[in-house]
Amino acid sequence: MGKRIGMEVGIAAAEAVALCNIDVAAVYPITPQSHIAEHMADIIHDGRIDAEFITVESEHSSISACAGASATGARVYTATSSQGLMLMHEILPIVSAMRLPVVMGNANRAVSGPLNIWNDHGDIMPQRDSGWICLFTENGQEVIDLSIMAFKIAEDPEVMLPCVVNIDGFQLTHMIEPLEFPTQAQVNKFLPDRKPYATLHPDNPVTMGCFNMPDIFTETMKAKDTALWNSKKTIVKVFSEWGKQFGRKYNVVETYKAKDAETLILTMGSMGETASIAVDEMRKAGRKVGLVKLRLWRPFPVEELRAAIKGAKTLIVMDRAISFGGAGGPVATEIKSFLFHDKGRPRIVDFLMGLGGRDVTVEDFIAMVERAKKKKDETYEYYGVRE
Amino acid sequence: MNTVQNFEIFAPKLVDRKEYFSAGHRACQGCGEVLALRLLLKGLGDDVVVANATGCMEIVSSAYPQTAWLNPYIHVAFENAAAVGSGVEAGLKALRRKKKIADRDVKTIAIAGDGGTADIGLQALSGAMERGHDMIFFCLDNEAYMNTGIQRSSATPFMAATTTSPAGIAIPGQRTGKKNVPEIMVAHKVPYVATACPSYPIDLINKVKKAKAVKGPAYIHIFSMCPTGWRCASEITIKLGRLVVETGVFPLYEVENGKYRLTMEVPEKLRPVGDYLKPQGRFRHLKPSDIETIQERVNREWEILLNKVECMQPW
Amino acid sequence: MAKKKTEQKKWPEKWHEVTPGCMVFEPGNAANYKTGSWKAQRPILDKQKCIKCGICYIFCPEACIQEDAEGFFVADLGYCKGCGICAHECWPGAISMAEEVE
Repeated sequence: MGKRIGMEVGIAAAEAVALCNIDVAAVYPITPQSHIAEHMADIIHDGRIDAEFITVESEHSSISACAGASATGARVYTATSSQGLMLMHEILPIVSAMRLPVVMGNANRAVSGPLNIWNDHGDIMPQRDSGWICLFTENGQEVIDLSIMAFKIAEDPEVMLPCVVNIDGFQLTHMIEPLEFPTQAQVNKFLPDRKPYATLHPDNPVTMGCFNMPDIFTETMKAKDTALWNSKKTIVKVFSEWGKQFGRKYNVVETYKAKDAETLILTMGSMGETASIAVDEMRKAGRKVGLVKLRLWRPFPVEELRAAIKGAKTLIVMDRAISFGGAGGPVATEIKSFLFHDKGRPRIVDFLMGLGGRDVTVEDFIAMVERAKKKKDETYEYYGVRE
Repeated sequence: MNTVQNFEIFAPKLVDRKEYFSAGHRACQGCGEVLALRLLLKGLGDDVVVANATGCMEIVSSAYPQTAWLNPYIHVAFENAAAVGSGVEAGLKALRRKKKIADRDVKTIAIAGDGGTADIGLQALSGAMERGHDMIFFCLDNEAYMNTGIQRSSATPFMAATTTSPAGIAIPGQRTGKKNVPEIMVAHKVPYVATACPSYPIDLINKVKKAKAVKGPAYIHIFSMCPTGWRCASEITIKLGRLVVETGVFPLYEVENGKYRLTMEVPEKLRPVGDYLKPQGRFRHLKPSDIETIQERVNREWEILLNKVECMQPW
Repeated sequence: MAKKKTEQKKWPEKWHEVTPGCMVFEPGNAANYKTGSWKAQRPILDKQKCIKCGICYIFCPEACIQEDAEGFFVADLGYCKGCGICAHECWPGAISMAEEVE
């Protein structure tokens, strides 16, 4: 194992991106992403990397500037959170439709109203239809590793799609953790210069951003959807390459003590660590509980999920976002939909929890497993809400 | 063969023959905006990258799988031409500095209509100009949201009829005057700001060349005649462009580092504004008293501009 | 797999024929669309009156007026939309608009 240093995860995210030799960063500050933006500015203003730092006047302009820069062939990065991500909402499907490999760090934070600066997944869920590759991180090391891998995945000629790396706001971005950074030489070897499919340059003019008439739009949509589904192959390949070079192997669906589990907890993001401690305690007490962690959210890794939950009787999905007036949390709804026809599938319990930064402890996970035993149906429930 | 430097005479056949916007585009018959676009692209020449906003020029030129653009071109959305242009400029700058692309000047330009400039696009434009990107922003102003069906914008002139400011019984047309975007640009300390009109093609092309030579932001506001939206005959497009200048409704001037200069010959007395308003259907509801009111407003604005020409010092 | 640019089809039909991002690699291929069918009237040039000044060339929104071998500026009727600007602006009145015949 290499040398580990203590660093705040948000700062580490910026350091990891700096290792990737980006050409342009366009960032607008928002709590709790601001440390990423500020440290990126420090790195560039100190001349540690050669990049253009565009201090845009809003998030809508930051994603627009990223689109323009990416179209010239530059490697680009941006970061945002919550309201900023919502402001980008209009442009996100355009970036993926135009096949521009922009990488974005998203510090997960609740969306207004009312205003709430603390952590949940309410900001990324409304973007699930946008066509971006969507990854979740659990700890600081994963933030470093996935931020670097995101560029390799996005820029792969078989993919050419933008990628968002989700980092739980405050819960993860502001934690100081022991982290191991790859060296610049190692990253250069893993991530060579970008070779764009097409660029904006007078030497070879192209037109980007045509409009579609009804007679071709369906075909264009299928092409984009197919590209996103096919990207999983590359994601798995890049995870495997990283594992070989750095010894840390990632999977699109992670499992912990899930093999013989009767009851499974499913999490996304940083609470996976807390959940794993809860699983350990419940196992000590003799209960067959396990943990499944979705690392890849889009494209949805349904085959890997099926394999992970095989044999379980109950799957407790931890949702940190709500679709008001709908079928429940986005993750549980998605899973129910995919597994609808599966024979012998587990009973799915949907808890909405950890909203707006409300802490979720080991005891909470144990309580939810208890509650799940008593639940008779598959409707969703707000865990811990004061009635 | 290039250009129109040192042209004191009006010799259109000497303008460079190379076209950067192909025929086969779907603009209306007699469209003044596409003519403005054609001329500004001629003025820019080679080595240009275009960032365009949603609007008439985007729709008539880029129905997949066809494109009328011969320059490298990108369109993203309606309100972000200046932001996309900022990204293009930064990308080209970084890549050239890092020796990943050829080491030669390539100018980034952003184009938008009056909506994409003065209304929904104002924030992005302001941000881009404040940051000082080496970029020319062109506003092709046909005085309404024409592409979506002639709805009013903040550039629609006082009392003009549009679909969202119709000449109704209670309220006769647009209630406010035209937002002065060139002045906003001067307030941003943009080194080169100019107004232009395709009825004065040599003047337009000269201004474009001046803007291209600026190492920093530049802004050109081009009056774009629209027979479809203004309800007038398609053959008088160029004539209307002359009338709008001769009546002082849209004066031609440039501001270099804060110093105002008229680029048109100043008549002793401006031509009566009624000459410009009468051929246009969007003004047909005006009573003689309305035309007088408009004449007073035009006179006042003209005076203010003349004052600026006389008094403003370069910063 | 990202399509190579040389494989771009002129009129894509199937979903896998659509270029990535709907990019167009042939600058100016809108010239394949002949807008000449739009016109209700066509310009007629009287070469006796034409002074070869080029006003019509500079003011044509379609950029379809080109100089011929003799120096006269002639409209390409395949693109001309019949707007009448050239006839209206011509100083010596060398261009007139006539109703388009089938």
